[in-house]
Amino acid sequence: MIAGISIYEILTVTTILFFIGVYGFITRKNLISILMSVELILNASVINFVVINKYLYPDMLQGVFFSIFIIAVAAAETALAISIIINLYRQIASVEVKDTEIMKY
Amino acid sequence: MDITYTILIPLIPLAVFLLLGIFSQKIKPAVSGVIGVAGLSTSALLSFYTAYQYFFVHGKVDGVYQAIVQKTTWMNFTDTLKIDMGVLIDPISIMMLIVVSVVSLMVHIYSRGYMKGDDGFTRFFAFLSLFSFSMFGLVLATNLFQIYIFWELVGVSSFLLIGYYYTKPSAVSAAKKAFIVTRFADLGFLIGILIIGFYTGTFDFETLNAVNHETGELVLNWASTSFMGLSVITWALILMFMGGAGKSAMFPLHIWLPDAMEGPTPVSALIHAATMVVAGVYLVARLFPMFYFVEDGYALNVVAYVGAFSSLFAAIIALTQTDIKRVLAFSTMSQIGYMMLALGVSKYEGHDGLGYMASMFHLFTHAMFKALLFLGAGSVIHAVHSNYLKDMGGLRKYMPITNITFLIAALAIAGFPLTSGFFSKDEILVAAFESNKLIYFSGVLVAGLTAFYMFRLYFGIFWGKDTKYKHAPHESPISMTLPLMILALISLFGGFIPFSKYVSADRAGFDAHLNYPLAAVAVSVGLIGIALAWVFYKKENNLAEKFSNAFGVFYKWTYDKFYIDEVYLFVTKKIIFNLIAAPIAWFDKKYVDGTMEGIGNKTVVISNKIKGMQSGKIQDYAFSFIAGVVILAMVFIYLWTN
Repeated sequence: MIAGISIYEILTVTTILFFIGVYGFITRKNLISILMSVELILNASVINFVVINKYLYPDMLQGVFFSIFIIAVAAAETALAISIIINLYRQIASVEVKDTEIMKY
Repeated sequence: MDITYTILIPLIPLAVFLLLGIFSQKIKPAVSGVIGVAGLSTSALLSFYTAYQYFFVHGKVDGVYQAIVQKTTWMNFTDTLKIDMGVLIDPISIMMLIVVSVVSLMVHIYSRGYMKGDDGFTRFFAFLSLFSFSMFGLVLATNLFQIYIFWELVGVSSFLLIGYYYTKPSAVSAAKKAFIVTRFADLGFLIGILIIGFYTGTFDFETLNAVNHETGELVLNWASTSFMGLSVITWALILMFMGGAGKSAMFPLHIWLPDAMEGPTPVSALIHAATMVVAGVYLVARLFPMFYFVEDGYALNVVAYVGAFSSLFAAIIALTQTDIKRVLAFSTMSQIGYMMLALGVSKYEGHDGLGYMASMFHLFTHAMFKALLFLGAGSVIHAVHSNYLKDMGGLRKYMPITNITFLIAALAIAGFPLTSGFFSKDEILVAAFESNKLIYFSGVLVAGLTAFYMFRLYFGIFWGKDTKYKHAPHESPISMTLPLMILALISLFGGFIPFSKYVSADRAGFDAHLNYPLAAVAVSVGLIGIALAWVFYKKENNLAEKFSNAFGVFYKWTYDKFYIDEVYLFVTKKIIFNLIAAPIAWFDKKYVDGTMEGIGNKTVVISNKIKGMQSGKIQDYAFSFIAGVVILAMVFIYLWTN
């Protein structure tokens, strides 16, 4: 138990973090910003894993391990996304979402 | 008697057609002419050999010339109804083989001179061979379906040859007209064939025509269904006669024949005078027992009256035409009407079948002298480069051979004694006299008119005014005059062939004798016609003009062919196109097409509106997804809290 901080405060923070990510994901025009928003969503869920593990099963560590998994996957995913974006930039000299509509229909 | 080899008679011209057609760019004109003539000569020799074998070696069995059939099944519809392909040899098919092969051979030889230097020389010979193939096939057909196939093939070759000068708009429209009119008539033919197939269950000529000699009726049985007071078989026969009338240019389906003269003159001689146009006569003759026995020959009466009227009608128009080929075209129509009326008044047994025999005899002699007339006219046109009588005159000094042969042909068609036309025409008139006086008198009148317009033509071309020619016309080359001379010989002496011994309705043959009083009437009427033409046209004078002025309106009517073409135009353009087709087309465009296009257009409009939803942007989808989740969450929360 973290002294003086109840689970509700932490969950409030992660919820705010999650919706900031969602908002960013929907409204940003730049691919890099969108990627950062996705990272925010992931971070919110990682904190949730840790906190809920701590409050429900204080003597176990599955939630913590799982969050390390998520961080590793997120790193790989980001590397992949960045490489796609760089390739895209080489093709069309832009990382704006509105310029990547050529394969829409 | 094995007749398998007769299949070669049509197949050789087919092979020539394929050879010339495929290699038309590579073969030199001189070579293609030789190939065409050689192919047709082989067919002609085979035809004569077949005739000799059939009449003199094989001869009669049980007192009649039996029909010999060899065939193979082509299409099987049911156990009984099937279509065969094969060859049928009997007196009339042999006669037609001789006619077609002789005239076709003459025209082939003639064309080598007439078409010399023409760009499409090889194409011309290819089409001639195609026509010969189709015509031989038509003649040898064993059943209605086979004859129909070749019937259409001759129609196609006729179309191709009329439109041979395809850069000339008038030739193209004439070709279309011929094709459309005959196709329209063939619609009747096809319906007739289908009715026959449905009610009798067979297409075979031999089965259809089989006669029980004891009862004097057809062997064939059919369900006696009737339609509008006539049995369906009579209707079928009338419809088939409609097809025949279209091909043979009988009134009122004759309008294509004068226009068909746009084709090269040898084509007019072969197709539109001697062979294809008598296909209708041949068809009626082929089905003669059916025409005669079904419902006491009701359909045969139709044939007789249509034939008699057409012959009179065409003879009157021929009096005033100034294009020499058109005069000959109307003359052809008139003479075919003669053959039709002869068939129409004929009976079946023995000497009563005189009309049938006379019709076939006239078909034979007419093919020869009319081909000669056309080839002679072609020779004249070749020399003066014009089709019109006004550009001719006094040509006897320049073209002696054409003059003599044309005179012989004109005498033959006028029925001058001892020429071939005299015998056949006399027998037609005897047959008509014994059966129907009205038709007889019409026939005699036509004989007089024929003599008059023929000699109007002859005197107009070879005598009359002394036209001053820019280039003195000269006699045609030997390749053109040789066929003229051969045909002239046949036209002179062809009448002495004892035709009635070989060709008759019951195939038994009989002895025909000249009927001297009737022959005297016909000959004197013919001589009066010739004499009148002599007075009017031998020397240049204004008698004819005075005469035509005296008749005034009537002259104008005949000159304009009684406005039949205009009637057709009125019916098709004003009534069918404007009153029926145009409103239907409007309805079709406005409502039928409108509905379909409306559905399509609306779909496009709607999809244009909703396609924004498929933006392709993940962000938009994510927004919809999250909005949906939020809304659902709110709904559930609201439900749970209450």
